[in-house]
Amino acid sequence: MTMINKSAWGIVKLARHPKRITSRTLLDHLVTDFIELKGDRLFKDDQSIIGGIAKFNAMPVTVIAQEKGKDTTDKIKHNFGMPHPEGYRKAIRLMRQAEKFNRPIITIIDTPGAYPGIEAEERGQARAIAQNLFDMMSLTVPIIVIVLSEGGSGGALAIGVGDRILMFENAIYSILSPEGFASILYKDSSKAEEAATIMKLTAKDLQSFKIIDDIILEKDGLHEDPSFGIHNLKKQLTKHLNQLLKQNKKTLLENRYQKFRNIGVYQEEGVKHE
Amino acid sequence: MNDFLEHRKKRLEEFKKTVRKKEVTYKPIDIPEGLFFKCDQCGAAIYEKTLQLGHYICPFCDFHFRMNATSRVDLIVDEGSFESLYDDIRSLNPLGIQNYEEKVKIGQELSKLNEAFLCGTGKIVGIKVAIGALDSTFMMGSMGSAVGEKVSRLIEYATKHKLPLVIFSASGGARMQEGIYSLMQMAKTSAALLRHDQENLLYISVLTNPTTGGVAASFASLGDIMIAEKSSLIGFAGARVIKQTIRQDLPEGFQTDEFQLNHGQVDMIVHRSDMRKTLYQLLKLHQKDGHDND
Repeated sequence: MTMINKSAWGIVKLARHPKRITSRTLLDHLVTDFIELKGDRLFKDDQSIIGGIAKFNAMPVTVIAQEKGKDTTDKIKHNFGMPHPEGYRKAIRLMRQAEKFNRPIITIIDTPGAYPGIEAEERGQARAIAQNLFDMMSLTVPIIVIVLSEGGSGGALAIGVGDRILMFENAIYSILSPEGFASILYKDSSKAEEAATIMKLTAKDLQSFKIIDDIILEKDGLHEDPSFGIHNLKKQLTKHLNQLLKQNKKTLLENRYQKFRNIGVYQEEGVKHE
Repeated sequence: MNDFLEHRKKRLEEFKKTVRKKEVTYKPIDIPEGLFFKCDQCGAAIYEKTLQLGHYICPFCDFHFRMNATSRVDLIVDEGSFESLYDDIRSLNPLGIQNYEEKVKIGQELSKLNEAFLCGTGKIVGIKVAIGALDSTFMMGSMGSAVGEKVSRLIEYATKHKLPLVIFSASGGARMQEGIYSLMQMAKTSAALLRHDQENLLYISVLTNPTTGGVAASFASLGDIMIAEKSSLIGFAGARVIKQTIRQDLPEGFQTDEFQLNHGQVDMIVHRSDMRKTLYQLLKLHQKDGHDND
């Protein structure tokens, strides 16, 4: 099974396809015995991120997922998958709990970005994201990150620091939306298609940059028939989790540190580093 | 009665005349470029030298102008104590974005730095620190791979040499031209800070005008002590994006230093003239016995 060549914009459209499954459906198929745990204990429960305990391959795990919602009412309930600070604070609360009980963590990214709003700023959106990046680096249990559909900017990365990053074939992961990129760089948001190509936001691109570890093939696409993709994810997840569970905590943390520490393309004294 | 009304009418006309006249006298003068700067807050024209000598603070209304990284470091550290580190780390163009190299070149000319972050070691009233400052004249202080690498190296240097760390942020956020690489610098710099933190070392983060986006949402927000410089715009999302999303006007004073203080995001607002003194006091309080004056 190989990947079908699609344009970057084609992939953007598939990633945002209205019939593409959301995190909740993925979780229904991926794990059993899911018990949702709510709230950040500080302000409220932000439903753009759902989390809880479940079993994966009969092993207890903590799952954290950005949920966009299915129909209009559901989308509003989940704020279209755009978290406020309390969403990130709930996520990290549950991750610390996972560490306490020595449960691996599985996070699912699917967000256009952190919510840009007045209240989000008042409650410290920047700090909430930064705190998660910092804390996730310290957690002594394996963390596997799955990019389901859309990974938009710091709002995605805030649950995206892990030991393995797996990305679905028709998912995108980028510094901001192609529309946003076009409006900043070309001062014209209608050039999103062009932007999508040059931004290098597909799973293939990110694998070649060594930013993600594996691509989860979808065959017909998660909007047509998700069973193939979900089956593939299960296989990959099992493989990576087994590898990580063998590592001692020190190695796990050192590898996670180096994984992110080494990302970057620059030159020093005329020598290229990548 | 008529007399009175007549008199009032006359006076009103005179008043109008004088007001109009006044307006006319405010006709803008033709100022040679670069010699005078207009204050963003009160509109006063300030002679360049006056501004420079006054650390880029408006003498009329106290507004703090943006300051480049070199002037910033000069203002903070003891004279002659600064030794720069990792000067030769430069950007490449990993996505092959058009005009990116030119923008870097312009940034280099404006800032006289190879990249948007100046860092090294220096002393603040005798206390040795690892210090860094982003430069907003270099592509709005944006963080790409080179900046992310320099920030991380500075932090690692501080960790290795057990030094307190002071970083002045001035940035529009992650550098768009390097796409996902820029995004990942947020995780990279935060990771480096974790190790500094685990050694129980002090990190003072100073947010200056502006500190937003991916820089605000990573190392800039992770200080043990968070200082906002006066007259700073600080926030995660840009005002324009928020306005577009919520479709309503933003409240007065949104994302200012005062806003951040009122919402519990920073410990204090510090005037630029007091910055060195404040940093010294904080550093001094964190020194262990026998470590006075290095």
